[in-house]
Amino acid sequence: MGSGQAMRRITYDQAGMEAVAEEMRREPKSFHLGTDAPPALLKEFGAQRVRATPIAESALTGIAVGAAGSGFRPIVNWSQVTFCFVAMDQIVNQAAKIHYMFGGQVTFPILFRASVGGGTRRAAQHSQSPYSMFMNVAGLKIILPSTPYDMKGLLKSAMRDDNPVISFESGRLGALEGEVPEDDYTIPLGKADIKRAGSDVTIVALAWLVHEALAAADSLAKEGISAEVIDPRSLVPLDADTIRASVRKTGRLVIADEAGPTAGASAEIAALVAEDPETFSCLKAPVKRVCALQVPIPYSPGLEDHVFPDRKKISAGARFVVRRVPVDGGRT
Amino acid sequence: MHPSPEKQRDMLRQMQTIRRFEERASADFRSGAIYGVVHSYIGEEAVAVGVCAALNREDQIISTHRGHGHCIAKGADLNRMMAELYGREAGYCKGKGGSMHIADFGIGMLGANGIVAGGIPIVTGAGLAAQLEGKGRVAVSFFGDGASNAGPFHESINIAGAWKLPMLYVCENNMYAVQTPAAKSLAFKDVAARAAGYGIPGVIVDGNDVLAVYEAAVEAVARARAGDGPTLIECKTYRWRAHTERPAQPDYRPPEEIEAWKKKDPIPRLVRHLKQQQGQFSDEEWQELDKQVLKALEDSVTFAKASPFPATDAALEDVYAD
Repeated sequence: MGSGQAMRRITYDQAGMEAVAEEMRREPKSFHLGTDAPPALLKEFGAQRVRATPIAESALTGIAVGAAGSGFRPIVNWSQVTFCFVAMDQIVNQAAKIHYMFGGQVTFPILFRASVGGGTRRAAQHSQSPYSMFMNVAGLKIILPSTPYDMKGLLKSAMRDDNPVISFESGRLGALEGEVPEDDYTIPLGKADIKRAGSDVTIVALAWLVHEALAAADSLAKEGISAEVIDPRSLVPLDADTIRASVRKTGRLVIADEAGPTAGASAEIAALVAEDPETFSCLKAPVKRVCALQVPIPYSPGLEDHVFPDRKKISAGARFVVRRVPVDGGRT
Repeated sequence: MHPSPEKQRDMLRQMQTIRRFEERASADFRSGAIYGVVHSYIGEEAVAVGVCAALNREDQIISTHRGHGHCIAKGADLNRMMAELYGREAGYCKGKGGSMHIADFGIGMLGANGIVAGGIPIVTGAGLAAQLEGKGRVAVSFFGDGASNAGPFHESINIAGAWKLPMLYVCENNMYAVQTPAAKSLAFKDVAARAAGYGIPGVIVDGNDVLAVYEAAVEAVARARAGDGPTLIECKTYRWRAHTERPAQPDYRPPEEIEAWKKKDPIPRLVRHLKQQQGQFSDEEWQELDKQVLKALEDSVTFAKASPFPATDAALEDVYAD
């Protein structure tokens, strides 16, 4: 953020909508597809460019692929990530691979947007954070904004990118307010953000958990533990350099993810630290992951809250790697 | 109205090119020069050629796993096609795609596709692009009777109907989805009848009569260009070969059924028509045409063999656009 830029406070959701509207103004070849047409976009751009589709995610995802290959720059809103699972063929077999398997003949610039995460008491099908499933598919880029500023800057980069980009947006953060410049700006994909500097432990946190990690860092500071909080912001490409540099400095790593641990983004982040000889040699403690329990997300509030990580669990993880204070009565 | 004699000769040449290409691809697959899998289009040539003869260069098509015929009918370069099958650098996809993923976006061929029904939404997106551009372009989805039972077919054709997209949905009903007879998997025998549910015309055509296919396509293309929306054309046809050319591929179809369909070969049918209609198309001309086709194919194999295999570093290229 350059000094002297005019700022104002808007929400995470407003930042997303602003980004889309501004890029649609800038790029006449862009159009918007979703099972609902956002009224503000519809009013400004009309029904030709802002299309309400039937609830047919496979078709609307494939339509975006075909239109992109024909010179357009579609923006697709799947609404919740859970709905895109019925379009998996179009995402995994088509959108991700089409540029490569046709030898790079034409580009497929598409932005896909989907909300992720839980905390809304909507149970198993509507509380998921399955971004690592998509990280596993070569050919997709993936962003995961945690603030209104990051949301707008990352979405703008995504819409100017010539590849399919999936934006996973935390449903818990929709009403979160933050400072966003009046003027045009972008945030490059693949550039992590150090949300708080520290020296004793690195906490890499994703999406909503960035805010929980910042809260944890506040309370850890009172205990004399200095935590550095890193937000990768994009998962593909993933900024290994920033994460490794931080771990080389602190010697300790906690990874906080609202998804389960198995083959998750947290596993990938742990691996990129462990595989780098220089970073590995700096580790003073085992890596600690603070993730959701590996279960479908349950409905009843006590159950749901138990399943998800939060600031307390992140703090416990940090105490474990810094002071070897056992987590959960010894179960780590 | 029948196309001009010159156009009919071009259609004959294309059908014979597809036939000879498939014969060569199957032989070279069996000899090991072509890898993976090859799906032969022999017997169905009239569908691709009849429809593509009604299109312009800027119109777009999408194909299936059985895609060589559509590629040739849309005007693809045989050399680059054969080089792709041979896995070479000069191939359409730089050796990354092979038989199931040949595409040439420059001529509006949006690719073969290894997922049954996977291409239907994509080409519907090309139809939306054509509508947004408003230059009168149309888009054509080729697919089989198997794909007509899959969700993306119904989702796409409903959207195309609702939005009046300039589309042709061309079902190549070759009576089998891999081994399963269409008669056992279609709730009603005619795919074209499904058009009624989407409020669009559904047409049944003899898919072994290239002129009938052409005429149905001309009408559907005119309708699409006029902004009146999509048409579903069902071409009743048959594949002569098994689902794939793999040596172990079983083929449970009755031999007498295969033989009966070979008697309805679309190629001699057009030859006969040309001879009757003109009285000018001689056996010598037909032989000369076939000789030229064989020569072009031999040249394509020479071209493919002369192209190097891609450097291993190329495996990392084109995952993402720069």
